[in-house]
Amino acid sequence: MAALTPAQRDAYWNKTSRLMWIIMALWVLFSFIIPAFAVQLNQIKIFGFPLGFYMSAQGSLIFYVVVCFWNASAQNKIDQEFGVAED
Amino acid sequence: MANQTSKSFVDNLGKIYGVYAGGFIGFVILLAILEQMGVPNRVIGYCFVFLTIGVYAYIGVISRTSEISEYYVAGRVVPPFFNGMATGADWMSAASFISMAGGLYLGGYGALGYVLGWTGGYVLVGVLLAPYLRKFGQFTVPDFLGVRYEGNTARLCGVVVLFCASFTYIVAQTFGIGIITSRFLDIPFEVAIFVGLLGILVCSMLGGMRAVTWTQVAQYIILIIAYLIPVVWLSIKLFGNPFPELAYGQVLEQIGELEKKLGILKPHAAAYVDAKGQFSWVEFNNFWALTLTLMIGTASLPHILMRYFTTPNVKDARTSVGWSIFFIFLLYFTAPAYAAFAKLEVYTNVIGQNIADLPRWVQNWSQVGGLLTIKDGNGDGILQLSEFIINQDIIVLSMPEIAGLPYVISGLVAAGGLAAALSTADGLLLAIANALSHDVYYKLIDPHASTMRRLVVARVLLVVVAVIGAAVAGTRPAGIIQMVAWAFSLAAAGLFAPLVLGIWWKRTTAAGAIAGMVIGFGVCVYYLVGTRYFGMTEWFGIRNISSALFGLPLAFLVTWIVSLMTAAPSKEMQEFVDSIRVPKGELHWVAGQAHE
Repeated sequence: MAALTPAQRDAYWNKTSRLMWIIMALWVLFSFIIPAFAVQLNQIKIFGFPLGFYMSAQGSLIFYVVVCFWNASAQNKIDQEFGVAED
Repeated sequence: MANQTSKSFVDNLGKIYGVYAGGFIGFVILLAILEQMGVPNRVIGYCFVFLTIGVYAYIGVISRTSEISEYYVAGRVVPPFFNGMATGADWMSAASFISMAGGLYLGGYGALGYVLGWTGGYVLVGVLLAPYLRKFGQFTVPDFLGVRYEGNTARLCGVVVLFCASFTYIVAQTFGIGIITSRFLDIPFEVAIFVGLLGILVCSMLGGMRAVTWTQVAQYIILIIAYLIPVVWLSIKLFGNPFPELAYGQVLEQIGELEKKLGILKPHAAAYVDAKGQFSWVEFNNFWALTLTLMIGTASLPHILMRYFTTPNVKDARTSVGWSIFFIFLLYFTAPAYAAFAKLEVYTNVIGQNIADLPRWVQNWSQVGGLLTIKDGNGDGILQLSEFIINQDIIVLSMPEIAGLPYVISGLVAAGGLAAALSTADGLLLAIANALSHDVYYKLIDPHASTMRRLVVARVLLVVVAVIGAAVAGTRPAGIIQMVAWAFSLAAAGLFAPLVLGIWWKRTTAAGAIAGMVIGFGVCVYYLVGTRYFGMTEWFGIRNISSALFGLPLAFLVTWIVSLMTAAPSKEMQEFVDSIRVPKGELHWVAGQAHE
């Protein structure tokens, strides 16, 4: 396969960067913004769990697992679109 | 196994490790039967410690190799699923296994910063670093710095940071190994450390990364079984629910009621409160500072990053990050449940008992270096909460006994803790020895060294570093979790900026990266050492476990400013960065740079 032209390469990297920024924003939300409101969220109780406690103990963790797999598959799609996926 | 990892071995990994896991469970059941037949506890403890170490040693010996790429990157054949397991074991150390639930027990919500911090960093690893470092395809993290920042100064800075962070980390692991072997083999702590050291060396010395990889998969299986069984057991016993992660909502409610009864001012689930139960900005700031430090540290620690050098390709490196966090998640979302169950057991079965009637485990644990003290302060013969002082490093290990589970479960937990500490120690030791042998010896001192000689140097350095680590651990410098957090701070302040900017910002220059590393790391060390040893006042009340909070932004700032002040990297270098960003195709090496 021929190498990417500079324009294609930039388009590829723009798409990759956009995915990166979206994931980083979500990462900040689940790692810092939601925990910052733990005191308020703790007023809500679900199955005995205060919600603020639950988010930091389990909720954000579930998000991390999901987002890591999502990143892998979304980036693969971008790779295939530009024909730069490995064989 | 032949000298090179055979295809049939890789194809049959599922079967091999399936049989192995089944065998381990059978072994536990056998010991449980022996216990019922009256075999003494001490023998059971010995069986667990020696049999598991024996298995690791066996894997270590059959995986021995004299191939450079097998020794450094396990031949790059590790499938993502199994690399995820190996990373899980590499990652989860004595701090996760032994201390974290203990920290949650003592600290309540405040300690959830560890849970968040030690998981969320994988998002950064997967998005920002792992696939690109895999594409780069060399042997060590300093390798990347040396190539991207054209020269040995950057490489050497990388080695210094790597050494300081990994060494601090390894001392903590050896300390954990000492606690376990001393308790379960009934030998003095200082001797136990060196017994544990042998366990570390047999896995890593002959086979390097290849042996460590396949041992770590085996260790993951043991550590996760050992962590889940006692808390699942308790959850079934108390609530008839085999999922402690769901059941402990009720435990939290019961703890809340007991706290009121016992007059505890700081509720378990309350966020950002001080010892009196009042909201505190210092606690709030320390929480996010710790979370940030640990996450960035995750994405900077070389022994983790180098695990992604071992997958067959870039795509697998990304998927592998997903499996890593999944396998880590299994333990981390259980840890807060573990802590809650332990707290409930202590509040209901230990506090308020006659001190004379306390079971034997109390006495056994009191003998391990002052980790548990019981002092009848008011002399009424009844144990009050304030008279029961338990160290966070033994909560997990002693919980089966506190809850009155059979001793075989205690032995199982000890084997798990040992697996966690050994696997991380192995990964760290390899990271240090590889950096010294590959980056310092081969790249700087003797570029013409033969393969044979390079491997000999690597092995000698491995032993030397391990012995020094054990000797330092023998002096008990600090608690496990503190030492580990320092390691994360050091790595985060020194390595994160040059690695991330080197990939994501082409304009980063060698001078910028080096200045950023020196200043970021320097400020972090200054704060850590100053507050720890010289009574320096904390800045904004931030504890030194989050020392990277000051060094990290400075590293970015300095790298940015100095890069803009110096000439842009050569066109060749920019093409090299471009080639790293794309999974397919050859790398565009800058002329004159040696690579493998």
